[in-house]
Amino acid sequence: MDKEARMDWLVKRVAQEFKSGDVVNLGIGIPTKVANALPEGIEIILQSENGYMGVGPAPEAGNEDPDTVNAGGQYATILPGGCCFDSATSFAIIRGGHVDATVLGALQVDEEGNLASWMIPGKMVPGMGGAMDLVVGARRVIVAMEHATKNGGLKILKKCDLPLTAAKQVNLIVTEMGVIEVTSKGLVLKEIAPGLTFEEVQACTEPILYLPE
Amino acid sequence: MTKVIGVEDAIRKIENGMTIMVGGFIGCGAPGQLLEEVYGKEVKDLTLIANDTGILGDALSQLIVHRCVSKLIATHIGTNKETGRQMSAGELEVNLVPQGTLVEQIRAAGAGLGGILTPTGIGTIVEEGKQKLVINGTEYLLELPIRANVALLNAYKADKAGNLVYRRAARNFNPVMAMAADLVIAQVDHIVEVGDIDPDEVMTPGIFVDYLVQKQPRGVTNLG
Repeated sequence: MDKEARMDWLVKRVAQEFKSGDVVNLGIGIPTKVANALPEGIEIILQSENGYMGVGPAPEAGNEDPDTVNAGGQYATILPGGCCFDSATSFAIIRGGHVDATVLGALQVDEEGNLASWMIPGKMVPGMGGAMDLVVGARRVIVAMEHATKNGGLKILKKCDLPLTAAKQVNLIVTEMGVIEVTSKGLVLKEIAPGLTFEEVQACTEPILYLPE
Repeated sequence: MTKVIGVEDAIRKIENGMTIMVGGFIGCGAPGQLLEEVYGKEVKDLTLIANDTGILGDALSQLIVHRCVSKLIATHIGTNKETGRQMSAGELEVNLVPQGTLVEQIRAAGAGLGGILTPTGIGTIVEEGKQKLVINGTEYLLELPIRANVALLNAYKADKAGNLVYRRAARNFNPVMAMAADLVIAQVDHIVEVGDIDPDEVMTPGIFVDYLVQKQPRGVTNLG
């Protein structure tokens, strides 16, 4: 598989993690693409943390509404059955355990389920926005990211060395190389992307990977 | 009694060194017209409390560009590079706060609470210097109330008594900030007579709002 096909596999694989009726918050970037890759018959409710439920597709050119943007500030739509609320209600939904899953990218994840996704000291300090609340509050935290950095640097580590977004909250890591579950015993490689071997995935992962029992 | 005043009279109430809260989320639901007046007046040394500092070029971003702000409390500054530049250069004091924490700190101030307990930030640098409490076996951070001298808000509709209605995602921080400032000024698309908004439709009670400023028309493509 080429790079594009691998990323496509990643997105489709994340989309299989939901059941109909799940309330899901998708981060910006790779996670956003999951909405278009849901298996037939699966309908989920997407939350946008800036204040509404029922995120729809991007509007057609000419139909942009300045009052309807997503959490990345891009024009969006609200599906029939959706609803709007203020930021306090939005984060009550998030922290209060009413979001079934959040999918977000990461700079680093480690074998304890620690996540670093919001800053590189001295280089990139955009702020955490709603990420810390989402990772603490969502029932399931799914990291969807490329397995390594563009320079081949490891992102799945024994211990994150960047400032954390949250401690011990990640449940699942999905990359273009495979699907890794964070368990109390360590990282379990549940699935390997087509065409790859266990050894190839392990070579790009710092902590020991276990096979499912 | 009407609360409607001109934008210049409204912004005249903001003085150097004040703390202001500004509604909006990356420009959506931000009171652009009020903000233009603030940076136009070259107000200095403000403490700004807002979700973000806008997108470079928009009205909120210009508060930073025009150096009206000496201290910032926000959740995300990535859409305005000038904020990051001033922060790195030591010209602007920046306190980054998780979004759900910031909104609850503001709500706590408006609701007369002494603080809130949140699990967000535990095990991260956000917990540094803060008191932790264990409630029923779970660890929480104590986050203190945040209030301001002035709140600048944006609403879609208001009656002259100050009752506010917001539209779509433009609601965001506006209703919460309306409760947490000594003086609350809202710019409004449509100002109607008292009685023309059904009490059930009011999203922010008029008693929270001191002044309304008529917003100049803009292109809304979908009134819904």
